[in-house]
Amino acid sequence: MFEFLLRMGDNTLVLGHRVSEWCGHSPVLEEDIALANIALDMIGQTRLWLGLAGEVEGQGRDADALAFRRDVWDFRNLLIVERPNRDYGHTLMRQFLFDLWHHERLADLCLSSDDRVAGIAAKCVKEADYHLERSIDLVVRLGDGTAESHAKMQAALEALWPYVGEMFVDDGLDVEMAEQGIAPLPSSQRARFDAALDRALARATLIRPESDFAQKGGRSGTHTEDLGHMLATMQFLQRAYPDARW
Amino acid sequence: MYAQEVKSTGKGVKALEEMSAEERAFQERIDAGEKIEPKDWMPDGYRKTLVRQISQHGHSEVVGQLPEGNWITRAPTLERKSILLAKVQDEAGHGLYLYSAAETLGVSRADLIDDLLAGRAKYSSIFNYPTLNWADMGAVGWLVDGAAIVNQVALQRTSYGPYSRAMVRICKEESFHARQGYDIMMKMAGGTAAQKQMAQDALDRLWWPALMMFGPPDADSVHSAQSMAWKIKVMTNDEGRQKFVDQTIPQIEYLGLEVPDQDAVLDAESGHYRFTDPDWREFFEVLKGNGPCNVDRLRARNMAHDEGAWFREGLMAHAKKQQIAAE
Repeated sequence: MFEFLLRMGDNTLVLGHRVSEWCGHSPVLEEDIALANIALDMIGQTRLWLGLAGEVEGQGRDADALAFRRDVWDFRNLLIVERPNRDYGHTLMRQFLFDLWHHERLADLCLSSDDRVAGIAAKCVKEADYHLERSIDLVVRLGDGTAESHAKMQAALEALWPYVGEMFVDDGLDVEMAEQGIAPLPSSQRARFDAALDRALARATLIRPESDFAQKGGRSGTHTEDLGHMLATMQFLQRAYPDARW
Repeated sequence: MYAQEVKSTGKGVKALEEMSAEERAFQERIDAGEKIEPKDWMPDGYRKTLVRQISQHGHSEVVGQLPEGNWITRAPTLERKSILLAKVQDEAGHGLYLYSAAETLGVSRADLIDDLLAGRAKYSSIFNYPTLNWADMGAVGWLVDGAAIVNQVALQRTSYGPYSRAMVRICKEESFHARQGYDIMMKMAGGTAAQKQMAQDALDRLWWPALMMFGPPDADSVHSAQSMAWKIKVMTNDEGRQKFVDQTIPQIEYLGLEVPDQDAVLDAESGHYRFTDPDWREFFEVLKGNGPCNVDRLRARNMAHDEGAWFREGLMAHAKKQQIAAE
């Protein structure tokens, strides 16, 4: 259960951090505001998931201790969320792919046999609903915008595609969670994801890559090189001044 | 306030009897405390001065995202990170209200932004100073937003309706910003020796630039008289500065930090603090572009704008396609 909650909370922690890196640097003022909103939602969700994780673990660690005092190998997020922002198209495509998965995941978790999980999911799914709507809207408009915006979105899709498969791979923990009725198998979401993805890509005039190769490891603690740098920044104060209260 | 040294007409204030009938009617409305609305007649100088002041204020909000954005990725707890993000998001929102208020005067946001990016428009000098430790997030909220509030509360009474209404809304959010800043300072000043050192360091560095936010001394402020007569400005630079010092020194003492100005002393007779002027030569250097971060701030804004061009163009192209399809 603890590991399962880390998987949920680390996704939103890491993606929320990535999105917050844009603050003040986005293409237009309205996007600065929208990105701050998304990052705020993600961090708010993190507090719920990691807060419950700390409670379930029972070692006295709260959400902050889990966010700021674990090293890379203890993180359980999908690799896609730690991929760097690169250009704005890349950032939007990463969000779109994540939101497609996340929204379905949360919708399923609303039916969890664990009331605490179902309760958090019910709160988060409303936000995820809005995130997905915004993501689809932007991917469609930019895919079907200028030749340049189309090319950027297609390139971002191709660069991020190898990180999609990991969302739907079942492992031992997933089987255990499914047996207890806490969370359905990730693989059970794939068909719905594909259908929604294809609909959006068709409107966006973008082509889904053919390869089904998937980079994996994030959910069990083997990450890309990027996560360590992110944590070095994010955890700096907590690590440098371990006695301080902020 | 986030606008300093707003150039007005440069001419002296006309007496009522020197004015044309229109100018006179306009001045009388202002003197009677009426609000001027976008479609009302107004002197060119009033319009120009307001555009400069409101756009400078808007630019300050937009550039002001950067020094605080500098610490969002290093905020020490999830709660602090959320609060800081929400605050910076408010600043971006203030930028939007202010640009919208400026647009009611017949200018376009795109042109105003071009002026900023080309270095033709000013923004508050304070944002050309760096944020070097976490306590700066406290000090910026407390001192910078605190100084801004002193002016902005007064500006709720400004004569131009859309600007005045934007200020009412902005002030509500700014008081939350100042409170969260002071809350960080309380934690830092009451924390470990290292945290207290960060708090003092932030205060020492930001005190003088915060005093500069009110603009040059009244005696040297060539543009104030006409703006005061038009109620574009409703408080002089020195009045605002005095108010800020009077409210802030007791707060510094409450925190248990040293006041950066050793000569600051409460004058029992007037009830006001006497204090040392900031270094005005430094102020004018910063306005000229020689502050520690002027180049970096403008470069960051230009990069965001240039690298985002394809995004804005893509959205416009899609909207056009939709429009054609609908016709």
